[in-house]
Order: sequence, then C-alpha cells, then structure tokens
Amino acid sequence: MNRQGNLYTIVYTAVIVCVVGAALAWVSLTLKPKQNDNIRIDKMQQMLSSIRVASDETNAIELYGRYVVDEYVINIEGERLEGKAFDVNVANEVKKAPSERKLPVFVCNIDNSTKYILPVYGTGLWGPIWGYVSVDDDGCTVYGAYFSHQGETPGLGAEIATEGFAGQFKGKQLFKDGGFKSVAVLKKGQKPANGEDYVDAISGGTITSKGVQSMLSSCLSCYSAFLSELQNNKK
Amino acid sequence: MLNKKNKAVLFNPLSKDNPVLVQILGICSSLAVTAKLEPAIVMGISVTAVTAFSNVIISFMRNTIPNSIRIIVQLVVVAALVIIVDQVLKAYNYEVSKQLSVFVGLIITNCILMGRLEAFALANKPWPSFLDGIGNGLGYGIILVIVATIRELLGSGTLLGYQVVPQWFYDAGYENNGLMILPPMALITVACIIWVHRAHNKDLQETN
Repeated sequence: MNRQGNLYTIVYTAVIVCVVGAALAWVSLTLKPKQNDNIRIDKMQQMLSSIRVASDETNAIELYGRYVVDEYVINIEGERLEGKAFDVNVANEVKKAPSERKLPVFVCNIDNSTKYILPVYGTGLWGPIWGYVSVDDDGCTVYGAYFSHQGETPGLGAEIATEGFAGQFKGKQLFKDGGFKSVAVLKKGQKPANGEDYVDAISGGTITSKGVQSMLSSCLSCYSAFLSELQNNKK
Repeated sequence: MLNKKNKAVLFNPLSKDNPVLVQILGICSSLAVTAKLEPAIVMGISVTAVTAFSNVIISFMRNTIPNSIRIIVQLVVVAALVIIVDQVLKAYNYEVSKQLSVFVGLIITNCILMGRLEAFALANKPWPSFLDGIGNGLGYGIILVIVATIRELLGSGTLLGYQVVPQWFYDAGYENNGLMILPPMALITVACIIWVHRAHNKDLQETN
C-alpha cells in the first residue's frame, strides 16, 4: 500500500480525527458530573472563606448548609427577583448594564449575627479575577473577603488570592459620609483621593491590584441601594 | 528491559543531553512557571507524563503515519493527551488543576514534546521511546526545579510557600529581590546554569 499517497493521507486524517474526537467527547461526558460537583463545592468553599470559615472539599457542603441560611436575587434597586442566587453566573451578569443585572445575595448566620455575601467579578492583568465580599448587617462594614483569579502571575498578581491580601479588607467601611465609596487598593504610602477606606496593593502586581479596586467599586456599587436599606433598618 | 542503550536513552537527557541546557528546548515555559517552586514541580511531572505517553503512542503509530502530515498527527496526539490530563485533573484533583490553570494547556506548545516525537519516537520502538520521554521530561523538570528554587528563595524568601529566610535577616536590612520574580531573571538564571554546566562538561564546548 502506498503510505505517502493522497488517498491514504486523507483517510488517515479522517480516522484520526474521528477517533480522537470520540475519545475526547467520551472523556468530557463521563467526567462532566464530577467536574460540576467540584465547581459547586469550590464555589461554596470560596464563599465560606469570605465569611472566614475554613473548609475543605469533604465538609464544604455541610458547612455551607450550616452557615448560609438564605439566598436570593435582587436588582439594582434592591428589589427581589425570581431565581436562585447560587445559579446566577456573575461573569455573565457584569457584562450587562447595571440596571439589568441579577445580583445574588447570600445571607449567612454566624454566631447569631447576620452577614451578607456579595459576589464580585472583574479583570486582572491576564484574565478574569473574582471574589466574594461579606458585609455585616449594618450594610457598611466588611466582615471578610475572598479573591481568586484565573491566571495572574505567580508571586505577583496571584497574591490577591492569599489571606494576607484579602484579610486587610476586614473592618473596612464601604460607605463614607452617607455615600457609597467602595474600598481603594493603593500602593504603600499613597492616600485615596476621596477619603474612602483603603488597603495596600500587591507590590509588583499593580495592574491586578487596580483590577481588584475597580472590580469592587463597579460590582459593589450595584448593591448600594440594598446596603443603604440595611443601614436604615439598623438605625 | 534496561540494557546499556536504554539506560543511555533514559539518563543522558538528565545532563549530557539535557533538553533545556543543551538542546535549548522548552525555554519559554521554564521562564513562565518558575517564579514559585510548587507549580514548577507539578509542571515537571505533567510534562514528563505527557512526553512519555505521547512518545509511546507516536511510536506505535510510527509505521502508519504519512510523512506529509506527521507533524499534524503528532500535534493531535499531544493535544488530545493534554486535554485528557486537564479533564481528569479537573474531575479528580480540582485543587491542583486550579493551581496549574493555563499552564496545563501550555504543555501542548512545549517544544520538547514535538522535538522528542520528531527526533526519537518516529524512529524507535515504544519501550525506548517511553524511556526517552521520561528522561527528557525529568531533565526538563530538574532545571525547572533548580531555577524555581533560586527564584523563589531570592525573590520571595520562601520555598514551597514556607518562609525560609528568617525574620532577623530582614530586620538586619535584607530585602527580597523583586527582580527575581520577573521573567528576565529566569532567563539569566537559566543562562548561568548553562554556563556552569558547559564549564563542567568540556566535551559540550564548541571548538571553532
């Protein structure tokens, strides 16, 4: 048989493509349920770390069930919408105009005090960054934060995922003088222009740090009506 | 199983025929993943696995592959393997797959893979090809680990995330070298290793 002929080459390519395609499709279909479980558990773990509860993949579901007591979706006015908060894809929502976004809220109960977990999503240097910010029931004080990223530079931008960075957000105020101000991420020694609370940026990770700052202000500002209401209820 | 020739196939790439130091292959990824030790180790293991198995598969197919599309066939095999590795990691070891993220996909573009497939697997039987894949993967991994150790130690003062440089050293005025974390220092570190390696192995030095 002529192994260098055109017919052989074409048939060979077709066979290879079919075999490899079928194999990949089979692998993907078989592993999909397991992968989706992992993604759900991972999401729960991320939320749990934003309320400063340590978890691993074995106890995440149980801890999530214990601490997260309610979840709902709101719009920018703070009105409840239909739908499950856990299934809202924040990455898709941030592409919409703020008034059309579905905003998930997760209500947690820790030692009889209520915390609200709000997801945030933005862009770092190389790709998406995201996180969860938990807020006290006064609607202003940050209780904890968790950040993660897809492919920021290890040792530089990737440091946003460390406890050292996220831990700085604890106790920061989202509102100043009655208005929503977010939390700034600034180089050491700098002071914010509008008097808002701030944390130290990652040295060498300037663009990622700026990404965190704009992610917080753009995503959390959508919740400002909801947070103001919490503040009024508290008063 | 391990006669003299196969031993050479397995162990030569560790030093005398090292893919990074001597063949200068896979430089791009040795710059990208060596800022920290842990991803470097996992990357070394992943590349070793993919090189070994793609070598075996191509070696089994070597007599059927039409010459005109052999590179495409190699790419298809490598890409399929890498995707399977990625999928399996996502299903059974989600933590590691999160850490590696885009690096797993980057294995496809590692020149060592194509280099070994072209230079070895197409002309040799599966068992030596397997050993060649393991040897070259490890040869690459060793360099990654050496470079990452130097960079993490000098750049962050840690190894595998644990603080190594003691606090009193910082108090005495020592500072982490931020430049070590940036890509240029990976290049310079690799170059220094090549320099030492050549100085040590006289037969690698070009005479002209």
